[in-house]
Amino acid sequence: MLFQQIFDGLTLGMVYALIAVGYSLVFGILRLVNFSHGSVYAFGAHIALVVAVSMQWGIFPALVISIIFTGLLGIMIDKISLKPLREKKSKPIAALITTIGVSYIIQNLLMIIFGSHSKWFPKIFDYGIIKLGDISINSTQLFIFLVSLLLLVFLTIIIQKTKIGLAMRAVEQNPKAAHLMGINVNYIISFTFFLGGASAAIAGTLISGYYQVVYPNMGFIAGLKAFSAAVLGGIGVLYGSVIGGLVVGLSESFAVSYFGGGYRDAVAFVILILVLIIRPKGIFGKKEITKV
Amino acid sequence: MKNRLMENVNNFIMLMEKKKSVKFSVYGAVFLVMLIIPKIGLPMFMVRIMTMIGMYVILSMSLNLITGYTGQVSIGHAGFCAIGAYTSALISLNFGTNFFITALLGAVVAGIFGLLLGLPTLRLSGTYLTIATLGFGEVIRMVILNWESLTNGPLGITKIPRPVFFGIELTSLNGGLYYLVWILVIITTVVIYRIIRSKMGRALMAIREDELVSKLMGIKTVNLKIYAFIISAFFAGLAGSYYAHMIRYIDPNTFTFDTSIMIISIVIFGGMGTIKGMFLGSALLISFPEVLRFLQEYRFVVFGLILVLMIRFRPQGILGGQSRRDYKMPKGVNLEKIMKEG
Repeated sequence: MLFQQIFDGLTLGMVYALIAVGYSLVFGILRLVNFSHGSVYAFGAHIALVVAVSMQWGIFPALVISIIFTGLLGIMIDKISLKPLREKKSKPIAALITTIGVSYIIQNLLMIIFGSHSKWFPKIFDYGIIKLGDISINSTQLFIFLVSLLLLVFLTIIIQKTKIGLAMRAVEQNPKAAHLMGINVNYIISFTFFLGGASAAIAGTLISGYYQVVYPNMGFIAGLKAFSAAVLGGIGVLYGSVIGGLVVGLSESFAVSYFGGGYRDAVAFVILILVLIIRPKGIFGKKEITKV
Repeated sequence: MKNRLMENVNNFIMLMEKKKSVKFSVYGAVFLVMLIIPKIGLPMFMVRIMTMIGMYVILSMSLNLITGYTGQVSIGHAGFCAIGAYTSALISLNFGTNFFITALLGAVVAGIFGLLLGLPTLRLSGTYLTIATLGFGEVIRMVILNWESLTNGPLGITKIPRPVFFGIELTSLNGGLYYLVWILVIITTVVIYRIIRSKMGRALMAIREDELVSKLMGIKTVNLKIYAFIISAFFAGLAGSYYAHMIRYIDPNTFTFDTSIMIISIVIFGGMGTIKGMFLGSALLISFPEVLRFLQEYRFVVFGLILVLMIRFRPQGILGGQSRRDYKMPKGVNLEKIMKEG
């Protein structure tokens, strides 16, 4: 029982980590909490729904197409709504409100196009139950865990080992200096949004396959939980998001079994508010120095 | 075309600000029209829309104090509303207390929660604060949903008594609810106006422009931000309790994230940091789904678009921007004399 709870929590946590990485990446570069990320996640899940259920193409094409479209949506959000604000050098509050507006637009358009009811999504990676002695592991969960882990490793390699990752880290440290070194800052920002959108699409597809439902508002709560995870681990720090995601996932799984399902969503908020009060920069966060 | 229109609007505002007689005659005319609206046989739903506009004026004015004047974006304002509504409804149902007392209690309880939410501002700023307010709004909703022994959970509270004023039950039919909300609007406007024209108001605006600098100037930014939160929550709670007694039914889904977004849309649309803007913004955004029926489905999309487009093309809102009023010198200071003497 205890093992089962831990495993449930770890699976959920890995998926939250995937969403949280999207927040973290964008925050690292733009110092902006991308409020639209939750609705981008819901968008990804809906694209996967169209491909996997309406067109019957199977789960892997669904994943790939969803990654491409959601990544493009991420780039579009940046190009259409955020880039003009950067060029105008608006206050940070302006970008924040813009992303809230964008999230609202996407979420409600999804609702108009697909209807607000929950739609069935096929179970993914269903190969029965794997037995290890007394412990039985659901193969769906195992695969979700492994796929998320793989993607997180892949993202880390992109950021740490490739040239574009180097450019991303440079922009994160100082956009102006990076620009002077010949880095195309706008391209890097777009690429970051693509990565964020892609990871959100994967998370959306995995979670839809796990709970077997898709609905337009799914991004709101999931986005907030992932955001709690990102803040807990220290927003802008990649491995922090993973740890944060796991903590949020585990505590959610324990809360469901000890306090009942009604408090499923409340745990993440309690964690969020506690972290914000006690240590706003998160566990691994770097302290920012305000220069005058 | 658009520029001409804006120019005319600007000229009119300038005229109003410059000439006292124009200003007072416009306000007087508006006041008289407002006074007779429920009595001239307009359809019921129009009076009702006017009532809703009044409620949203209170809400947007309260949010304006923290977002427009202090620069702290809150998107959990519906939480305060819900607290006010539930407190007021539960007290009046369980103890049979008059609306005017329960509404005040509801507002005070919301104010206490405003203090609780204001406390994290000791350490948070900007985005983090916004998220905290969002989390706050959701936690309030979940507590209401799950605390069934007190709040009746998802079924909500029904048969909340209407406000009674010296034995007269205020209903939509006799226009009582309409007058009540606009009296509350006047009270709110006067209080907020006095606050922003006081030393505290100027300090709040200094915090909005640059928190670090205002701290260095000796402004107690932390205290002031918390005060702003308390006052804002108080009025949001007041509006919430009014709503509960007007509709006579509340449930956890009455005040959701949508409500918060609507309020902040009004604030941004009307013009952050203006009072007139709150009236205009509420009037336009509340009446537009009724006027443009065919857009009903796209209502919330339009709210999103308003947020994005306003921030992009006119961040100060319709009526925002720099005041064209001449700067009033303090008593005993004669600028010309000083200039002459060097």
